[in-house]
Amino acid sequence: MTTATPEQATAPVPPRPDPVRKKRRRVDMRQYGILAALAVIIVLFQVLTGGRLLYPGNVSNLIQQNAYVLILAIGMVIVIIAGHIDLSVGSIVATVGAVAALSMNSWGLPWGAAVALSLLVGALIGAWQGFWVAFVGIPAFIVTLAGMLVFRGVALVLLTGGTISGLPRAFNSIGSGTLPSTGTPDLITLGIGALASLALVVQQLKGRADLRRLNLPRERALSFVLKTAIAVVAIMYLCYLLAYNRGTPIILIILATLVLLYSFLLSRTVFGRHVYAMGGNLYAAMMSGVKTKWVNFFIFVNMGFLAGLAGVVSTARAGSAVASAGGSFELDAIAAVFIGGAAVQGGVGTVIGAVIGGLVMGVLNQGLSILSVDAAWQQVIKGLVLLLAVAFDVYSKRRTGR
Amino acid sequence: MSNVILEMNGIVKEFNGIRALDGVSVSVERGEVHAICGENGAGKSTLMKVLSGVYAHGSFDGTITIDGEPVAYGSINDSERDGVVIIHQELALSPYLSIAENIFLGNEVQRGGVIDWNRTNLQATELLARVGLQENAATRVLELGVGKQQLVEIAKALSKEVRILILDEPTAALNDDDSAHLLGLIDQLRNQGITSIIISHKLKEIRAIADTVTVIRDGQTIESFPVKDSDDIETRIIRAMVGRPLDHQFPPRTPDIGEEKFRVEDWSVHHPIDVERVVVDRASFHVRAGEIVGFAGLMGAGRTELAMSLFGRSYGTGISGRVYKDGREIQTRTVGEAIRNGIAYVTEDRKRYGLNLIGSITVNVSAAALGKLARLGIIDRNREYAVADEYRKQMNIKTPSVSSVVGNLSGGNQQKVVLSKWIYSGPDVLILDEPTRGIDVGAKYEIYGIINEMAAQGKAVIVISSELPELIGLSDRIYTIAEGKLTGELDRAHATQEELMRYMTAARNEGAQAS
Repeated sequence: MTTATPEQATAPVPPRPDPVRKKRRRVDMRQYGILAALAVIIVLFQVLTGGRLLYPGNVSNLIQQNAYVLILAIGMVIVIIAGHIDLSVGSIVATVGAVAALSMNSWGLPWGAAVALSLLVGALIGAWQGFWVAFVGIPAFIVTLAGMLVFRGVALVLLTGGTISGLPRAFNSIGSGTLPSTGTPDLITLGIGALASLALVVQQLKGRADLRRLNLPRERALSFVLKTAIAVVAIMYLCYLLAYNRGTPIILIILATLVLLYSFLLSRTVFGRHVYAMGGNLYAAMMSGVKTKWVNFFIFVNMGFLAGLAGVVSTARAGSAVASAGGSFELDAIAAVFIGGAAVQGGVGTVIGAVIGGLVMGVLNQGLSILSVDAAWQQVIKGLVLLLAVAFDVYSKRRTGR
Repeated sequence: MSNVILEMNGIVKEFNGIRALDGVSVSVERGEVHAICGENGAGKSTLMKVLSGVYAHGSFDGTITIDGEPVAYGSINDSERDGVVIIHQELALSPYLSIAENIFLGNEVQRGGVIDWNRTNLQATELLARVGLQENAATRVLELGVGKQQLVEIAKALSKEVRILILDEPTAALNDDDSAHLLGLIDQLRNQGITSIIISHKLKEIRAIADTVTVIRDGQTIESFPVKDSDDIETRIIRAMVGRPLDHQFPPRTPDIGEEKFRVEDWSVHHPIDVERVVVDRASFHVRAGEIVGFAGLMGAGRTELAMSLFGRSYGTGISGRVYKDGREIQTRTVGEAIRNGIAYVTEDRKRYGLNLIGSITVNVSAAALGKLARLGIIDRNREYAVADEYRKQMNIKTPSVSSVVGNLSGGNQQKVVLSKWIYSGPDVLILDEPTRGIDVGAKYEIYGIINEMAAQGKAVIVISSELPELIGLSDRIYTIAEGKLTGELDRAHATQEELMRYMTAARNEGAQAS
């Protein structure tokens, strides 16, 4: 029998070399399944559109047009992992867009201050909803359904039904501008790509070296090299396409930062772990000392903040604020999260998955538009893709017996 | 033979190769109140589920005859058609429906799918009068207390023209008045010719109401005898309930008991919903460093409620009392505070309160002590993995890797994960609630070893268990708890199953406060 000896049991244990067992971290097939689906969809539309999908201009457009889904999906995946839902984000986008436009055009704030104010308003709306969910105990579905109505109404009141346009150019460039360019090809974009690739390779190698040093299981060298190489090729190809258009979209920098930041938050921090623990088993999380109310509160504050950012981005992209902005954004974000492999019951999901799910939706949008498929049919197709993605997920889970 | 209404013969029921019932035979006479007794896990409830068709005919061996006719129930509907009605421990009423609607749920007074509300309410009112419940039939069930809900259940049974009424621990959740009323009602029903089978732990009740008692132990019938003929009926029942040889093996241990580590004074807890009801009543106890202290009590005695209320007030309302560690008073108002003060509680219900079943072994092991693995809120995942892997080796958790999902592990291995989690939190006081529930003998032995190890490290260990041999084998000292009160304290030398059972079945105010 092996039982704990005193010192080993209570203190963090220095890992011992264990040469006999060479375990490998299990590959998450679900994650790769979604990535494969994205690749298939890209190739499919690339063929159907005769190569037009990946025209440099189209790629730049794809990123700028779908930035809002990706930003919202990042917040939404956290909400959904924790076992909630947020139906109000589209309305928050409209309200925040109105605040941004008013603050610049009517209240005379400089664009930087307007952005800061917008993000603050988003976070405050999130705090309002988080209060009801976390501390009063009203289901998020109800709270955010109410929020959906309330903040759509607030947007209408703020804009009195009209449109505010003529926003400062610097503000608009958040949504549609690019970093300075050196011409075609843009060397700055290529440089960013090279730097990003280098950072990725260094970070991957360092992580692997850590695992080796601590004698923890590592994936096979071949698959490691292959994966890293594919990622580098993808980054460089994207940058090559952008370099032959107008350069790096500003929004791409924002998105990349968010993805890195929130992936880290969910996978590496105590906060992220608590989110997963609550979604997996709320009672067990409570009985482990997780402050579940505060975690819920912050999840909604964060969702509000990101909805505010999406409001800024989509207002900047449109160059104007209208009260009808953000219509059905919440549904796009929720769809992206579920296509990205999150579980309806909570406890499962990743930022990367949600972003890939958002890209699947984006590529569908873009591809179908290039093919001039009627908007009505686009809706039908997107709905069916969502259904099939989740059906596949349910099916594969049943097969693996959990 | 005509006087026997029900005969169950040689009933064998297995779950995954484990025999819950191993040839039980019961014979019930027409119009009697027949009590079935046994320890937790003896097989009483399983037997009643076999009888009522919850476990369909064919899923068990043995025969059931009613009025001399063999029966084969495929579902609970089949048995109810025959007038065999079971009232489960957890009441099965729909809270937002009225009493009348509940009574006739699934059995509606109807014509062509349209409910005849007048007849429904009329018949319900008659039934309520029969069970002595003075409530309007239109009252919603959620407005009733547990005792009245129990009566609604019985009215529902009567509406089905019940011949054999099975009550599974009917008074477990009731206060004294409600219990008395219910027992009176069972007596009345006997006069009306209805046969009752009641499962109960409360020997006083059995003495008061039952005609015959059958004792079951380890899935077998031990004996069956008339209550009235026996003088010291309680002693006889207890002996039959616990008279099994000690078949557990315990790892050797030399206790090294130090100073007092943990003390609780005048701890009282009220029921979270029925706030008037006292669930734990002025409990005072202490545990020394290196000591293993057992808590013995029957189901519903308040053992788990005591433990959970101490652990961050996870159960109950109106909690009062004081907690000391190493002589200093400590607070345990939230789970976080309890953990920070060095208390760990290993739940009896690991799937509900203990584990994130869709999470890996790694994230479960670290869940209660993430702070140890994090700096500035960032988790060192490599170290986390190493810690989990170390526990896998030490605890002998059988799994391909600590990245495996906990839900796929066996019960014994899941329990080892929960234990790892709480041991890693570095507690001074370790409260283990049914630490070996639902796990096989081999894993039990390993867990006993871990418990001994924790005591050897100088921790104060509290073990709550329904298995008396386990408590006697593990503990240095045992407290007994009955109806929320500590009724006795026995040291290892004096703890026998008979003695413990006597204190465990001691009713309120009857308990001898041993010291």
